[in-house]
Amino acid sequence: METKNQKQRILPAGEFNVFLKALHEAGYETIGPTLQDRAIVYDKISSTSDLPVGWSDEQSAGFYRVYRTESPLLFDYNVGPHSWKKYLHLPNLLLWKAKTNGGGFSFIEDDKSVGKQAFLGVRACEVAAIRKQDKIFLESEFIDSAYKKRRENTFIIAVNCTKAGANCFCTSMNTGPYAHSGFDLALTEIIDGNRHFFFVEIGSATAEIVMNKMPELELASRHDSTLVQNNMREVSYAMGKSIETTDIQRLFYDNYDSNIWEEIANRCMNCANCTMVCPTCFCTTVEDVTNLTGTEAERWRRWDSCFTMDFSYIHGGSVRPSGSNRFRHWITHKFATWHDQFDESGCVGCGRCITWCPVGIDVTKEIKSLQKSKATV
Amino acid sequence: MSRTHKPKLAVWKFASCDGCQLSLLDCEDELLAFAEVIQIANFPEASRAVIQGKYDISLVEGSITTSHDAERIHKIRRQSKILITIGACATSGGIQALRNFTDVSRYTSIVYANPSYISTLNKSTPIRDHVYVDFELHGCPINKYQLIEVCSALLHGRAPITPSHSVCMECKRKGNVCVMVAHQTPCLGPVTHAGCDALCPSYNRGCFGCYGPKETPQTSSLAKKWKEIGATNDDIVRAFRGFYSYAEPFRKESEAYEEE
Repeated sequence: METKNQKQRILPAGEFNVFLKALHEAGYETIGPTLQDRAIVYDKISSTSDLPVGWSDEQSAGFYRVYRTESPLLFDYNVGPHSWKKYLHLPNLLLWKAKTNGGGFSFIEDDKSVGKQAFLGVRACEVAAIRKQDKIFLESEFIDSAYKKRRENTFIIAVNCTKAGANCFCTSMNTGPYAHSGFDLALTEIIDGNRHFFFVEIGSATAEIVMNKMPELELASRHDSTLVQNNMREVSYAMGKSIETTDIQRLFYDNYDSNIWEEIANRCMNCANCTMVCPTCFCTTVEDVTNLTGTEAERWRRWDSCFTMDFSYIHGGSVRPSGSNRFRHWITHKFATWHDQFDESGCVGCGRCITWCPVGIDVTKEIKSLQKSKATV
Repeated sequence: MSRTHKPKLAVWKFASCDGCQLSLLDCEDELLAFAEVIQIANFPEASRAVIQGKYDISLVEGSITTSHDAERIHKIRRQSKILITIGACATSGGIQALRNFTDVSRYTSIVYANPSYISTLNKSTPIRDHVYVDFELHGCPINKYQLIEVCSALLHGRAPITPSHSVCMECKRKGNVCVMVAHQTPCLGPVTHAGCDALCPSYNRGCFGCYGPKETPQTSSLAKKWKEIGATNDDIVRAFRGFYSYAEPFRKESEAYEEE
């Protein structure tokens, strides 16, 4: 008789609402994929009817389209324009507020408490992206209290991809398509004959608490496990894009003066979309505002981008005034200097920067061009 | 700015539709606070009671289209400590700068029964072409919150927050789905100055470029993409020849497609 792994269970797709209810009973507000404005974006979920069942997406460089399918799958699509950073590293965050009183001023505490949130449908590349932001905000000398507050209250339900997108290259970045760790629960959606189920992997003690809120799930069989493995292999082979990462840091450091940057700058609009959709880009700007009477002041932190002139503005002007400077800076940080800074790559291979670049600049292609130009030198 | 007295404000009009100065009256909730800290000394749209200059702050709306106005703006500059232009007309020549691409008599002969009564310059030009401008606030019309922001920054001696990056950043911070990538709707957002909080894309419309060119705009790349998603040369000329037609990056791009 086979010994079954207690941490691997089977959730029939028909029972998915029971699972969502268990999350709710455990005190979580669930956020997951929804169909809005002809795209799959993250928003509040209360039942399976909120999920884009019967929808999938098609992506290419600078192109995204959702389309109808006949499939009963709940997660039959890849990542959309949103990333989870909008719930952990907020696009606009009030840091503090102050009021004048007599001769001085006093701070007004922002007592907005952060509720428990469950992220449903976190792809392997996104789990990796969250881990990268954890490293920046939680594991360095300086801890970001706003991020920490949200992160500690977040329950991660990974969903392993059952198809690869045309702009995906997680296999090149070693982040997917299978989430090995960094989640509370991981789901793989499988259709096997007339069985439609989720292969559930329990990844944390918190997950056990949630699972206890619902009837006990049957243990997964070796056959089920094999189905998951086969699925992962197929998805890896179907990966839309790839990059060769050997010596990638050198590639950028040796090509600082390459003509390629000027050529890209003819196409790059420095509009900053790539950095906004990137799940690891973390830069912010800080704005101080006052009211007209000067009795109140607020300090806001907002997502910023290295593609703006203000980003590198110091006395005398911007450090990176040209489009070529700014594109080179961004891609070099993402693929090379991030290693120096954080001992890993800044890219998870989700392909968002390729899809959501309005003019379809493709980092995998640009890296190939650099590698080719280097080879001919 | 010294806080020993309430700064005196004047609002001036040149060739324009009045929409930008109306933004000040539109402030409604903030208007009382505004009047508390700033003396509205000369604002004919709001009051006939005019207090003579000099003025600490002059808000200038409209473009220069007549020789009389070309003189008048110098008088205003001489009476103003700080001169701020508000809106597309004052900062770029406005929609009336369409005349700059042709002979103005072609318009006057169609519009007026007796064009001989019309005394106008051949070109509509921004205020900056005539006098020194301390600050330019963009938009057609301007955003009233940005106007308040500029005034409060001035009052409290800090830099105003009116970023010149793309509209795209406003879209993305709001969580909007990109209309160009997801719907193939031509949008000027990637080359347009932020400030409207991505009003049109928030309603699934392409950006019309009401805030003019952003910093370092790459218009040729955008125009090429527009063609790929089905825009004609005419569409491109018309898009760039809107409220900011005479702003150099938009002017050059429209001319490139007109010549083809």
